[in-house]
Amino acid sequence: MMALPQVKQDVTEARLQALKMPEGAGWAVEARKAALSRLTQMGLPGARDEYWRFTNPGEFNAPEAAEAPPFDDGDESPVFGEIDRLKIVFRDGVFDAVASDDLSLEGVEIERLEDALSTDIHWLKDAYGAIEARTHAPVPRPFAALNTAFATDGVVLRATGKVSKPISLIYLHEKATSDAILHFVIRVEEGADLTVLENGPAAARFNKCMEVDVADGGAFHHVRAQGRDHERRAVTHLFATLGEESTFKSFTLTANGVMTRNEAWIELNGDNAVAHIAGAAVGDGRFHHDDTVFITHDAVNCESRQVFKKVLRNGAVGTFQGKILVKEGAQKTDGYQISQSLLLDEDAQFLAKPELEIYADDVACSHGSTSGAIDDEALFYLRSRGVEKGDAQDLLVLAFLAEAIEEIESEEIADDILGRLDGWLARRRS
Amino acid sequence: MLEIKNLHVKLEEEDKQILKGVDLTVPAGKVHAIMGPNGSGKSTLSYVLSGRDGYEVTEGAATLEGEDILDMEPEERAAAGLFLAFQYPVEIPGVGNMTFLRTALNAQRKARGEDEMSAGDFLKFIREKAKALKIDGDMLKRPVNVGFSGGEKKRNEILQMAVLGPKMCILDETDSGLDVDAMKLVADGVNALRDEGRSFLVITHYQRLLDHIQPDVVHIMADGRIVKTGGPELALEVENNGYADILAEMA
Repeated sequence: MMALPQVKQDVTEARLQALKMPEGAGWAVEARKAALSRLTQMGLPGARDEYWRFTNPGEFNAPEAAEAPPFDDGDESPVFGEIDRLKIVFRDGVFDAVASDDLSLEGVEIERLEDALSTDIHWLKDAYGAIEARTHAPVPRPFAALNTAFATDGVVLRATGKVSKPISLIYLHEKATSDAILHFVIRVEEGADLTVLENGPAAARFNKCMEVDVADGGAFHHVRAQGRDHERRAVTHLFATLGEESTFKSFTLTANGVMTRNEAWIELNGDNAVAHIAGAAVGDGRFHHDDTVFITHDAVNCESRQVFKKVLRNGAVGTFQGKILVKEGAQKTDGYQISQSLLLDEDAQFLAKPELEIYADDVACSHGSTSGAIDDEALFYLRSRGVEKGDAQDLLVLAFLAEAIEEIESEEIADDILGRLDGWLARRRS
Repeated sequence: MLEIKNLHVKLEEEDKQILKGVDLTVPAGKVHAIMGPNGSGKSTLSYVLSGRDGYEVTEGAATLEGEDILDMEPEERAAAGLFLAFQYPVEIPGVGNMTFLRTALNAQRKARGEDEMSAGDFLKFIREKAKALKIDGDMLKRPVNVGFSGGEKKRNEILQMAVLGPKMCILDETDSGLDVDAMKLVADGVNALRDEGRSFLVITHYQRLLDHIQPDVVHIMADGRIVKTGGPELALEVENNGYADILAEMA
């Protein structure tokens, strides 16, 4: 093992000084120590690391979270407010039993992470940090290892059937310097079907890791709304392994936020599995949004889709790093990747790095990345029919994002997300 | 209805004069046609009237029912009752045709201080209009003009015209790219809209569209001016002899 450069060692040590490993059952402590060892071997990222060239990791590396005053949403109704769901609330990264619903729902076992990690015999023993540990080659994900080692709260879900309503994770932020590390482990058993919703800023700084294992024939749906307008910083990890004929669908809306890095790592291990991951990000002003996605095809006849759209203005920066790796033998792979930005003015910036690596000969993989402004022809066409200029622009922005939003299967949830976007657009104009 | 006086227009980007003093009056309820060779300024006239960027009016005026339209935004001109059927209708991926039409109609109604039409009422309204133009439900649901054939795009323009009910309709080479059947369908759509309170300015290269949409007056445009005005027989003269004779006569 090559020694880490001194600067990396220093940054990593300084960060670790500020952290304390929680107690738990023997196996849980072992799992955390193993993660810590992974972290110290790879070290925290530097600005020159290949996958951190577009996003400066400094604010995630800092021992303390930068101050971020809680944000007043005004009179905007909370996202997913009208959806029948089971609410699990975290306040500055701490589970809030009073604000949460009773953690019982047919078809799914729900446990608080610390309870599961303190139980001597638990299925989590083989799962906590297990997927995270596999995500580091070839691209190290030190903040995910840090998360496994030091997560202070979270939830463990095991879906055994068709779960009647979504599990809704709500992350409230109240303290100006809160630094939250939450970890979720989700197992969707054979043929089970689970939807997880996430929203809220969580803390001044938020590190989240969600490990999802979808067994044969299982289905996992994930819809997340990040934002809005918060001063917050977030680095999130969504990791999944997929069994035969399983389905994984994830959509994220990000509306502002100073710094967001959303990493996804998905491995299709069973034949005929399907993975769709989509994101719509709208940024105005001090906004840096990074999607880093790595999809591995390791089975026959699987389908993956990556659809990422960003609308940027007034200095906002969007980045996309997306890879499709097709392993030897993963024949009949159907891989699709698109990343696009709509730059509403000349100050916005979009950086993209699409990658394909293919070791099978009978596959169909396509990728594309574009960056452009509002189409003047389309704008004039709409205006010539009487649509006011601002409305016409908004209509074109929504049209640009449509392909990503279409990845949300539930019409009710998609409508909710569209409502958020309408709100964002209206605020830009007021 | 539409009154254009001594209109001079140049391209904004370069010092090129396109319209050099156009005079034209289209009274209410009348159909006027403008014919002319390529590069005579016909399409520029339609764009300037509808408010497209890139043109500068250096002299002259254009009024719709006495109101100066040249200072208005494109959407204000639309609300005032002006409609341009595009020569090349624009594809707008991601915006459903029906959503587009309802947004446009309600924007115009709102601008005129009228009540917006409900989704239910609009659905009934548009189905009826679409049926007459043989536009099926699928075309209404698809994104605006995306994947439409040339004929479908032009029919969609006429559908928009029927839905929005403008007072002054400008048709910019609506016949281009249409086969005989499609042209008849489009012409029937236009004829159904002919009305005492509605005027048309039909811009075309060829006389054949005017077989289906009978004009009251035909103008010939050349080098940025109206050079000759006459009855429908003028279109036949162009058809038989081309523009050369008329232009020679003028010289």
